Amino acid sequence: MREQRVIDKIIDVKNVTKVFDDTTVIDELSLYIRRGQFVTLLGPSGCGKTTLLRMIAGFVAPTEGKIYVEGQDVTTIPPYKRPVNTVFQKYALFPHLNVFNNVAYGLKLKKILSGEKTNRKGEKVPVFRKFTKEEIANKVNRALKLVGLEDYGHRDVNSLSGGQQQRVAIARALVCEPKVLLLDEPLGALDLKMRKEMQIELTKMHKELGITFIYVTHDQEEALTMSDVVVVLNDGLIQQIGTPKQVYDEPANAFVADFIGESNIISGIMIKDFSVKFLDTVFVCEDKGFAKNEQVDLVIRPEDITVLPEDSDKGQLTGTVLSAVFKGTWYEMEITANGYEFTVQSTIEAKVGQKVKLSIEPDGIHIMKKLRTVNEFVGEVSGENTVDFCGGTFEISTDLERGTPVKVFVPFDAVELTDDEEDGEIGGNVARSLYKGRYYQVQVYTDTDEDFYIDTSDEWDIDDRVGIKLDKSKLRLEVIVEETEEENQAEDGGDEA
Amino acid sequence: MKLKNLALRKGNDFRPTFFAFPYVAICFIFVVLPLILVLVYAFRDTDGSFTLNNFRDVLTAGNLKLLLKTVGIALLTTVICLLIAYPTALILASKPFNKYVILALLFIIPMWMNFVLRIIALRSLLGIFGIDYGFGATIIGMVYDFLPFMLLPIYTVLMDMDKSYIEASTDLGANSVITFFKVTLPLSLKGIVSGITMVFMPVFSAYAITGMLGDTDTTIIGGKIHELFVNADVWGIGSAMSFVLLILVFATMFIGNLFGKREAGAKAAVKGGTNE
Amino acid sequence: MNKKLWLVLRWVFLAVVLISIYLPIMLIIVYSFSSERNIGSDSGFGDFTFSLYGRLFQNDLLMEATLNTLGIGLASALLATFIGTFTAVGLYYMRKGKKAVNLVSQVTVVNAEIVTAVGFLLLSIFLRDVIQIPIEKGVLWLIITHTVLTTPYVILTVSPRLNQLNPNLYEAGLDLGARPMRTLFTVIMPQLIGGMVSGFALAFTLSLDDFVVTNLNKGTSGVNTISTYVYDNLKRNLDPAIRALSTIIFVIVLVVLIVFNIIKNKKAKAEQSASKPLGK
Repeated sequence: MREQRVIDKIIDVKNVTKVFDDTTVIDELSLYIRRGQFVTLLGPSGCGKTTLLRMIAGFVAPTEGKIYVEGQDVTTIPPYKRPVNTVFQKYALFPHLNVFNNVAYGLKLKKILSGEKTNRKGEKVPVFRKFTKEEIANKVNRALKLVGLEDYGHRDVNSLSGGQQQRVAIARALVCEPKVLLLDEPLGALDLKMRKEMQIELTKMHKELGITFIYVTHDQEEALTMSDVVVVLNDGLIQQIGTPKQVYDEPANAFVADFIGESNIISGIMIKDFSVKFLDTVFVCEDKGFAKNEQVDLVIRPEDITVLPEDSDKGQLTGTVLSAVFKGTWYEMEITANGYEFTVQSTIEAKVGQKVKLSIEPDGIHIMKKLRTVNEFVGEVSGENTVDFCGGTFEISTDLERGTPVKVFVPFDAVELTDDEEDGEIGGNVARSLYKGRYYQVQVYTDTDEDFYIDTSDEWDIDDRVGIKLDKSKLRLEVIVEETEEENQAEDGGDEA
Repeated sequence: MKLKNLALRKGNDFRPTFFAFPYVAICFIFVVLPLILVLVYAFRDTDGSFTLNNFRDVLTAGNLKLLLKTVGIALLTTVICLLIAYPTALILASKPFNKYVILALLFIIPMWMNFVLRIIALRSLLGIFGIDYGFGATIIGMVYDFLPFMLLPIYTVLMDMDKSYIEASTDLGANSVITFFKVTLPLSLKGIVSGITMVFMPVFSAYAITGMLGDTDTTIIGGKIHELFVNADVWGIGSAMSFVLLILVFATMFIGNLFGKREAGAKAAVKGGTNE
Repeated sequence: MNKKLWLVLRWVFLAVVLISIYLPIMLIIVYSFSSERNIGSDSGFGDFTFSLYGRLFQNDLLMEATLNTLGIGLASALLATFIGTFTAVGLYYMRKGKKAVNLVSQVTVVNAEIVTAVGFLLLSIFLRDVIQIPIEKGVLWLIITHTVLTTPYVILTVSPRLNQLNPNLYEAGLDLGARPMRTLFTVIMPQLIGGMVSGFALAFTLSLDDFVVTNLNKGTSGVNTISTYVYDNLKRNLDPAIRALSTIIFVIVLVVLIVFNIIKNKKAKAEQSASKPLGK
C-alpha cells in the first residue's frame, strides 16, 4: 500500500478484528492475497485461521475492519452472493442427494448473462437465464472427471469413502467456478496415505485451474509442500508471511521457528554486526542492524549443524552424543554442548556417548528479534503499596495514589512458578514451554486471559495448573498517561503476500 | 419480514436465528400475553379498578376444601399409578420380557385413542360391574387415563439402565431385595419424577373425567374454573383461581427440579416414545 | 423362590394389567356390533348387526364433530410442524436468548391445561374488544390455539436431530448460492424429515385428544370436536353410534402404530448396513 504500483489483489483484508464473547480471535489483521496464488493460513488450533477463512467466505462478520474481493467491499455481502466457494473440513455433503445432484446444487441456482434487451424506457438491461439441464450435466461431469470420480454420479454420497467424499466436496465447490476456493483443513479427516495423495492432486488442480486457493491447516508440512505463500498465525496475529522457504529458513520470530520444522532455538546477544554470542561462544552470522548487545533469539535448523570428529580443528562447540536414531536417510541425534541439547540431523552416525565437535556455518544461524523481553501488564494502584493486575493484588512499594492506572513491567526472571496453585499469588495454565538453551521459556495464561512469560530452569507440562509468584524487587511501575495508544504494532501489518 | 436485510450486519454473524423469530412473536402473543391477562383479570374489578376482592372470593372455606380435595385426588391418582406402573415397568424391562418391545407397546397403545372415548368405554364397564359414579369411579377413571404417562418414563429409564450395575451388586453378594432398593430404585428415580410430574398436575385440569364418572362431591378445581368462565359474570374470580393454580404449577415444578432435572420434554418423549 | 413360579407370577401380573386396560375397549368394540341401545342391559347382547356403523354416518352432528376434530388436528399439526421446525433450526444457531425462548415455550408444556385454556379465552376477548381484530371463537380460533399448544412438542422432537447434523450443512447451502429460506427447505429440512413426521404425529394426536382448551374456546355457535360432543351429550342421551366411532378410531390407531413400527425397524436395519462405507 505504500507504493502506488498496481498489485492484483483478489482478496484484501483490512484491519479486521473479530471478537467472540469478549475473546479477541482476530486482532486488527491486515493481509492481501494475489490472484492465482496458493496461500496457506497456518497456525495452531485457536490461532484464528479458520475464523479468518470463514470471514472471507461470509459466514462470520468482522467486528471491525473490511474485506474486499477484487476491490469490491464484501464485508456485508452474504455468502450466497460472494464469488468464493468453500470446501469444508467434514465435507458437509448433502446426505439426501446423490453425487451428481450434490455437485449440481450450486449450478441449478446460478443465473448467467444471456444477452440484453431494451426495456420500455428504452434502456438496455441485461437478461439472465439459468443453466440448461445439458449444460449442468456437462459441467458436473467435467468437475467429477477433474476429481477422478467420473462414474460416481449416481452413487449415494453416504456410501463413499472419506477421500471420495472430499473429492465430491471439491468438485461441488469448483463447479461453481469461484474466483477463490477456500479450503478449511480439507484433509484433516483423512488417513496419512490418502492425505499425501490429495495434497498432490490439490496442487495439480490449482496449477490447471489457475484460480486462487486459500488453504487452512495446522499441519506445517502440508503448508510447506503445497503453498506459494504461507501466512503463519498465532493468537489472532500474523506472525510471518512468506514463501515456504522464507518461513523455514528465515523465521521471523521464535514462534514461527518453533512451529515450523524442527529447530534449535537459543537466546543470544548480538555483540556487533555479523557477530553473535550464545552458549558462551562467539559465532559469525549473516545478520546485522541490531543494537549493540541486543538480546536476540536465534534458530539453527538440525540439518545446518555439521558433526565432526572430536579431534577436528574445525567446529565451534564440543559436545556429547546423548542419542542417535536412524531416520531412513539420516540420523537424528541429541547432542549436548555447553548446556544446550541440540537436535542434529546428519548422514554420518556418531555413537552414543561419543565426544564430537559441532560446526555451524554463518548461513545456518538465523537471528530473530525477541518478541518481548519483559512482561507488561495494565493495572491499578489499589492501596498503600499494593497494585492490582491480572486478577491479583500484589505488594509493590509505590507512592502513587490509589486508583492510578499503571503499567507493570515484570521481567521474565522475576516470575516463579509453583506446582501448587495455592502457593502462588495468582493461578494460571501453562500454554507453551520452549527450550531456549539452559532455560525454558514458559508461557502461562492467567484466568483473566493475560500471558506471563517466564524463564525457568524447569520444564512445565502444557495445560498444567500452576501458581505464579513474583519477585517484588524486580518489578517496575509506570504511570499510564491518557493518550491515544500507538496505532501500529510491528507484527500486525502483513504487507507483502 | 425481509430476510435479505437480516443478512450480514456489522459484527453480526450469518447465523439463521431469524427462523425462530416468528415463534418468538407467537410466544409473546399466545403464551406471555394470556398469562398477563389472567393476572390483570384476577386483580380487576368489574368496573376496571384494582381489587383484591377476587382473591377474597377465591380463598373461601368452600374453595379451599375444593382445592384440598383436588390435591387429594391428584395425590391418590399419582400413588396408584406409580404402584401399578412401577412393577409393570420393572417386569417389562427385565428378562425375558425386555426382548418384546411390542409387549411394552401394547400397554401404551390406548394413549393414542381419544381419552373421552376411553372414559366412555370405562363408564360402560363400571356400569356392568355395578359401580356407581362417585369418588371411587373417578379415581379408577383417572388412573385408567394417566397410567401410560407414568409407565413409559419409568420403563424408558429402566430399559436404558446399565444392567451391569445390577450384576455388580449381586456379584458383591447383595440379595435381590437389597439390590432393588440400593441400585435399581435410585437409578430409576429420574423416570419416577418424570412420571409424577406428568400425572399430578394434569389431574387438576381433568374435569372431563370427574364430569363423566363423578358426582357433585367430586368436582375438581379445573371444573370449577371452567364453570366460573362459562358463567361470564365471575371471570375475575375464575382468573384469581387460575392464578392460584399457576402458583401451584410453579411450586410443583420447583419441587420436581429439586429431585433432579425435570425433562420438559417428558410428554413428548412419552407420546413420541415409540417413534424415536 | 422357584424361578419358574416367579416367571409365571410376572406373566400373570402383566396379563392382569393388560386385561384391565383393554377390557373397556373390547367391551365397546363387541357392543359396536350389538343392536342393544345400552351396554349390559337386561336383554343382553341382542342381535349381531352393523347398524351402529350405518347410524354413525347419519348422525350429522357427530360426523361434523369428527370432521372438525380431524380438520383442526391436521391444520394445527401441519402449522405446528412447520413453525416448530423453523424454530428448532433458528434456536439451534442462536447463542443469546435461546434459553429464554425455550423457557417460554416450556410454559405451555408444564402449565395446567385449564390455565392455558383460560388464557386463550381471555386473549380472544382482548384481541376482539381491545385490539379490535375480528376473532371469533370457533374452528379458526381452535386451530390457532392447538397450534400454539403443540408447537413446543414439535420443537422438542426436531431439535435432537439437528444436533446430529453436520454443523456446516447450512453454510454449505449458502456457500453454493442458495438463500437462507431455500437452504432451509432444500438442505436442512430433508435431513429432518424423520423428526418432522414424528413431530406432526405427536401434534396431531395431542390435538385430537384435547378437551380442556377446546371446551373453553369452541364458542357458542355449536362448534364441537369428538371430545366436546361426547361430553356435552352425555347428560342427554348419548348416541350408541359412538361405539362404532370408538372402534374405528381404535383400529386406525392400531394399524398406524404397527405400520409405523415396522417402517422404523426396517429403517434402523437399513441404516445399520448403510453405515458401513464401501471403501474405494
